[in-house]
Amino acid sequence: MLFYLLAAATVGAAVNVVRSRNAIHSAIWLVVSFLSIAGLYVLLEAEFVAAVQVLVYAGGIMVLFLFVIMLVNLRDAAEMRLALRPAISAVVGVLAAGLMLYVFTRGHLGPAAGPSTLREGGNLQAVGEAMFSDYLLPFEIASLLLLVAMIGAILLARQPRN
Amino acid sequence: MPVPAAHVLVVSLLLFAIGIVGVLTRRNAIIILMSIELIMNAANLNLVAFSRQLNQINGQVFGVFTIAVAAGEVAVGLAVVLAMYRNRDSIHVDDVQLMKG
Repeated sequence: MLFYLLAAATVGAAVNVVRSRNAIHSAIWLVVSFLSIAGLYVLLEAEFVAAVQVLVYAGGIMVLFLFVIMLVNLRDAAEMRLALRPAISAVVGVLAAGLMLYVFTRGHLGPAAGPSTLREGGNLQAVGEAMFSDYLLPFEIASLLLLVAMIGAILLARQPRN
Repeated sequence: MPVPAAHVLVVSLLLFAIGIVGVLTRRNAIIILMSIELIMNAANLNLVAFSRQLNQINGQVFGVFTIAVAAGEVAVGLAVVLAMYRNRDSIHVDDVQLMKG
Protein backbone atom coordinates (compact mmCIF):
# COMPACT_ATOMS: atom_id res chain seq x y z
CA MET A 1 0.00 0.00 0.00
CA LEU A 2 2.78 2.36 1.00
CA PHE A 3 4.47 1.47 -2.26
CA TYR A 4 1.54 2.74 -4.33
CA LEU A 5 1.36 5.95 -2.33
CA LEU A 6 5.06 6.60 -2.92
CA ALA A 7 4.80 5.61 -6.56
CA ALA A 8 1.91 8.01 -7.10
CA ALA A 9 3.83 10.78 -5.32
CA THR A 10 6.90 10.12 -7.46
CA VAL A 11 5.06 10.19 -10.77
CA GLY A 12 2.78 13.09 -9.81
CA ALA A 13 5.70 15.20 -8.65
CA ALA A 14 7.61 14.36 -11.83
CA VAL A 15 4.66 15.53 -13.93
CA ASN A 16 4.63 18.79 -12.01
CA VAL A 17 8.39 19.24 -12.54
CA VAL A 18 7.83 19.22 -16.28
CA ARG A 19 4.57 21.19 -16.14
CA SER A 20 5.36 24.04 -13.71
CA ARG A 21 5.81 27.46 -15.25
CA ASN A 22 8.07 28.65 -12.48
CA ALA A 23 11.53 27.05 -12.28
CA ILE A 24 11.50 27.30 -8.47
CA HIS A 25 8.26 25.29 -8.35
CA SER A 26 9.85 22.70 -10.62
CA ALA A 27 12.79 22.44 -8.23
CA ILE A 28 10.50 21.96 -5.21
CA TRP A 29 8.52 19.26 -7.03
CA LEU A 30 11.80 17.62 -7.97
CA VAL A 31 12.69 17.41 -4.26
CA VAL A 32 9.31 15.73 -3.59
CA SER A 33 10.02 13.27 -6.39
CA PHE A 34 13.53 12.49 -5.11
CA LEU A 35 12.30 11.94 -1.55
CA SER A 36 9.53 9.60 -2.73
CA ILE A 37 12.08 7.66 -4.74
CA ALA A 38 14.21 7.40 -1.60
CA GLY A 39 11.15 5.90 0.09
CA LEU A 40 10.83 3.40 -2.75
CA TYR A 41 14.48 2.42 -2.23
CA VAL A 42 13.75 1.74 1.44
CA LEU A 43 10.84 -0.50 0.44
CA LEU A 44 13.18 -2.29 -1.98
CA GLU A 45 15.56 -2.99 0.93
CA ALA A 46 18.24 -0.63 -0.34
CA GLU A 47 18.64 1.59 2.71
CA PHE A 48 22.11 2.80 1.78
CA VAL A 49 21.04 3.90 -1.69
CA ALA A 50 18.07 5.66 -0.07
CA ALA A 51 20.38 7.53 2.31
CA VAL A 52 22.70 8.51 -0.55
CA GLN A 53 19.68 9.62 -2.57
CA VAL A 54 18.52 11.94 0.21
CA LEU A 55 22.01 13.28 0.94
CA VAL A 56 23.27 13.76 -2.61
CA TYR A 57 20.09 14.42 -4.60
CA ALA A 58 17.70 16.08 -2.17
CA GLY A 59 20.59 17.76 -0.37
CA GLY A 60 23.44 18.60 -2.71
CA ILE A 61 22.04 18.60 -6.22
CA MET A 62 18.90 20.53 -5.32
CA VAL A 63 20.89 23.23 -3.55
CA LEU A 64 22.97 23.53 -6.71
CA PHE A 65 19.81 23.84 -8.82
CA LEU A 66 18.28 26.47 -6.56
CA PHE A 67 21.52 28.46 -6.51
CA VAL A 68 21.68 28.58 -10.28
CA ILE A 69 17.96 29.42 -10.59
CA MET A 70 18.54 32.38 -8.30
CA LEU A 71 21.76 33.42 -10.05
CA VAL A 72 20.18 33.60 -13.49
CA ASN A 73 17.35 36.02 -13.09
CA LEU A 74 13.78 34.90 -12.83
CA ARG A 75 12.46 37.01 -15.66
CA ASP A 76 13.91 34.40 -17.92
CA ALA A 77 13.08 31.38 -15.81
CA ALA A 78 9.49 32.31 -15.04
CA GLU A 79 8.17 32.52 -18.55
CA MET A 80 7.77 29.26 -20.30
CA ARG A 81 8.26 29.10 -24.00
CA LEU A 82 7.08 25.77 -25.21
CA ALA A 83 8.79 24.36 -28.19
CA LEU A 84 6.96 24.74 -31.47
CA ARG A 85 6.12 21.10 -31.46
CA PRO A 86 4.84 20.02 -28.04
CA ALA A 87 2.51 17.58 -29.75
CA ILE A 88 5.42 15.86 -31.47
CA SER A 89 7.27 15.71 -28.16
CA ALA A 90 4.26 14.13 -26.49
CA VAL A 91 4.05 11.58 -29.30
CA VAL A 92 7.73 10.74 -28.87
CA GLY A 93 7.25 10.35 -25.10
CA VAL A 94 4.21 8.11 -25.54
CA LEU A 95 6.04 6.09 -28.18
CA ALA A 96 9.02 5.58 -25.87
CA ALA A 97 6.70 4.53 -23.05
CA GLY A 98 4.83 2.21 -25.42
CA LEU A 99 8.03 0.62 -26.66
CA MET A 100 9.22 0.00 -23.11
CA LEU A 101 5.80 -1.34 -22.17
CA TYR A 102 5.94 -3.68 -25.15
CA VAL A 103 9.35 -5.04 -24.15
CA PHE A 104 8.10 -5.23 -20.57
CA THR A 105 5.05 -7.32 -21.41
CA ARG A 106 6.99 -9.56 -23.79
CA GLY A 107 9.77 -10.22 -21.29
CA HIS A 108 9.60 -12.81 -18.56
CA LEU A 109 10.53 -11.50 -15.15
CA GLY A 110 10.54 -14.78 -13.28
CA PRO A 111 9.76 -15.19 -9.60
CA ALA A 112 11.59 -13.13 -7.03
CA ALA A 113 14.64 -14.95 -5.73
CA GLY A 114 13.36 -16.16 -2.40
CA PRO A 115 13.80 -14.31 0.88
CA SER A 116 16.11 -11.36 0.59
CA THR A 117 19.70 -11.68 1.78
CA LEU A 118 20.51 -8.08 0.92
CA ARG A 119 20.24 -7.02 4.53
CA GLU A 120 22.25 -9.75 6.19
CA GLY A 121 24.62 -8.03 8.58
CA GLY A 122 23.20 -4.70 7.52
CA ASN A 123 22.64 -3.26 4.09
CA LEU A 124 25.51 -0.80 4.45
CA GLN A 125 27.94 -3.59 5.19
CA ALA A 126 26.79 -5.59 2.18
CA VAL A 127 27.14 -2.60 -0.15
CA GLY A 128 30.49 -1.65 1.36
CA GLU A 129 31.91 -5.14 0.98
CA ALA A 130 30.89 -5.29 -2.68
CA MET A 131 32.09 -1.77 -3.38
CA PHE A 132 35.53 -2.20 -1.87
CA SER A 133 36.23 -5.68 -3.22
CA ASP A 134 34.62 -6.45 -6.58
CA TYR A 135 33.99 -2.84 -7.54
CA LEU A 136 37.12 -1.16 -6.24
CA LEU A 137 38.29 -0.02 -9.66
CA PRO A 138 34.91 1.53 -10.66
CA PHE A 139 34.86 3.19 -7.25
CA GLU A 140 38.24 4.83 -7.86
CA ILE A 141 37.20 5.81 -11.38
CA ALA A 142 34.06 7.41 -9.95
CA SER A 143 36.16 9.47 -7.55
CA LEU A 144 38.39 10.55 -10.43
CA LEU A 145 35.29 11.45 -12.44
CA LEU A 146 34.03 13.63 -9.60
CA LEU A 147 37.41 15.37 -9.42
CA VAL A 148 37.36 16.04 -13.17
CA ALA A 149 33.76 17.27 -12.95
CA MET A 150 34.69 19.61 -10.12
CA ILE A 151 37.63 21.10 -12.02
CA GLY A 152 35.53 21.38 -15.17
CA ALA A 153 32.69 23.11 -13.35
CA ILE A 154 35.07 25.60 -11.77
CA LEU A 155 36.71 26.34 -15.12
CA LEU A 156 33.37 26.78 -16.86
CA ALA A 157 31.68 28.92 -14.23
CA ARG A 158 34.71 31.11 -13.46
CA GLN A 159 34.54 34.76 -14.35
CA PRO A 160 36.77 35.22 -17.39
CA ARG A 161 39.72 37.40 -16.53
CA ASN A 162 40.00 40.43 -18.76
CA MET B 1 5.01 -7.66 1.97
CA PRO B 2 7.65 -7.53 -0.73
CA VAL B 3 7.16 -5.01 -3.49
CA PRO B 4 6.56 -6.69 -6.86
CA ALA B 5 9.40 -5.79 -9.20
CA ALA B 6 7.06 -5.45 -12.16
CA HIS B 7 5.24 -2.55 -10.50
CA VAL B 8 8.49 -0.77 -9.77
CA LEU B 9 9.45 -1.17 -13.41
CA VAL B 10 6.17 0.49 -14.44
CA VAL B 11 6.91 3.45 -12.13
CA SER B 12 10.38 3.77 -13.60
CA LEU B 13 8.93 3.55 -17.13
CA LEU B 14 6.55 6.42 -16.38
CA LEU B 15 9.37 8.49 -14.86
CA PHE B 16 11.51 7.90 -17.94
CA ALA B 17 8.71 8.91 -20.31
CA ILE B 18 7.95 12.05 -18.28
CA GLY B 19 11.64 12.94 -18.36
CA ILE B 20 11.77 12.52 -22.13
CA VAL B 21 8.73 14.73 -22.62
CA GLY B 22 10.32 17.32 -20.32
CA VAL B 23 13.58 17.35 -22.27
CA LEU B 24 11.69 17.72 -25.55
CA THR B 25 9.08 20.31 -24.59
CA ARG B 26 10.80 22.67 -22.20
CA ARG B 27 13.22 25.26 -23.53
CA ASN B 28 14.58 26.37 -20.19
CA ALA B 29 18.03 24.79 -19.82
CA ILE B 30 17.62 24.32 -16.06
CA ILE B 31 14.32 22.47 -16.47
CA ILE B 32 15.92 20.31 -19.15
CA LEU B 33 18.65 19.36 -16.66
CA MET B 34 15.95 18.51 -14.09
CA SER B 35 14.23 16.27 -16.63
CA ILE B 36 17.53 14.52 -17.27
CA GLU B 37 17.73 13.92 -13.53
CA LEU B 38 14.29 12.29 -13.69
CA ILE B 39 15.54 10.00 -16.44
CA MET B 40 18.62 9.03 -14.42
CA ASN B 41 16.41 8.33 -11.40
CA ALA B 42 14.25 6.06 -13.53
CA ALA B 43 17.33 4.06 -14.51
CA ASN B 44 18.46 3.95 -10.91
CA LEU B 45 15.08 2.68 -9.75
CA ASN B 46 15.42 -0.15 -12.26
CA LEU B 47 18.86 -1.07 -10.95
CA VAL B 48 17.65 -1.24 -7.36
CA ALA B 49 14.47 -3.11 -8.30
CA PHE B 50 16.45 -5.78 -10.13
CA SER B 51 18.91 -5.95 -7.26
CA ARG B 52 15.99 -6.93 -5.03
CA GLN B 53 14.47 -9.22 -7.65
CA LEU B 54 17.68 -11.18 -8.26
CA ASN B 55 18.80 -10.93 -4.64
CA GLN B 56 22.20 -9.55 -5.61
CA ILE B 57 23.89 -6.50 -4.17
CA ASN B 58 25.50 -5.41 -7.49
CA GLY B 59 22.48 -3.34 -8.49
CA GLN B 60 22.69 -1.22 -5.39
CA VAL B 61 26.42 -0.64 -5.87
CA PHE B 62 25.77 0.52 -9.40
CA GLY B 63 22.96 2.69 -8.11
CA VAL B 64 25.41 4.51 -5.87
CA PHE B 65 27.78 4.95 -8.81
CA THR B 66 24.94 6.34 -10.91
CA ILE B 67 24.17 8.91 -8.24
CA ALA B 68 27.85 9.96 -8.17
CA VAL B 69 27.88 10.35 -11.95
CA ALA B 70 24.61 12.32 -11.79
CA ALA B 71 26.15 14.69 -9.25
CA GLY B 72 29.11 15.35 -11.52
CA GLU B 73 26.84 15.77 -14.52
CA VAL B 74 24.67 18.33 -12.73
CA ALA B 75 27.70 20.30 -11.56
CA VAL B 76 29.12 20.56 -15.08
CA GLY B 77 25.69 21.11 -16.64
CA LEU B 78 24.84 23.99 -14.33
CA ALA B 79 28.28 25.50 -14.92
CA VAL B 80 27.51 25.39 -18.64
CA VAL B 81 24.15 27.09 -17.94
CA LEU B 82 25.95 29.82 -15.99
CA ALA B 83 28.48 30.36 -18.78
CA MET B 84 25.61 30.44 -21.28
CA TYR B 85 23.77 33.02 -19.20
CA ARG B 86 26.88 35.15 -18.91
CA ASN B 87 27.58 35.12 -22.65
CA ARG B 88 24.04 35.25 -24.07
CA ASP B 89 22.03 36.71 -21.19
CA SER B 90 19.54 33.90 -21.65
CA ILE B 91 19.10 30.30 -20.60
CA HIS B 92 16.71 29.35 -23.37
CA VAL B 93 18.24 26.65 -25.47
CA ASP B 94 16.63 28.12 -28.60
CA ASP B 95 18.80 31.20 -28.16
CA VAL B 96 21.97 29.14 -28.29
CA GLN B 97 21.90 27.61 -31.72
CA LEU B 98 25.28 28.64 -33.07
CA MET B 99 28.60 27.19 -32.01
CA LYS B 100 30.21 30.49 -32.95
CA GLY B 101 28.44 33.66 -33.77
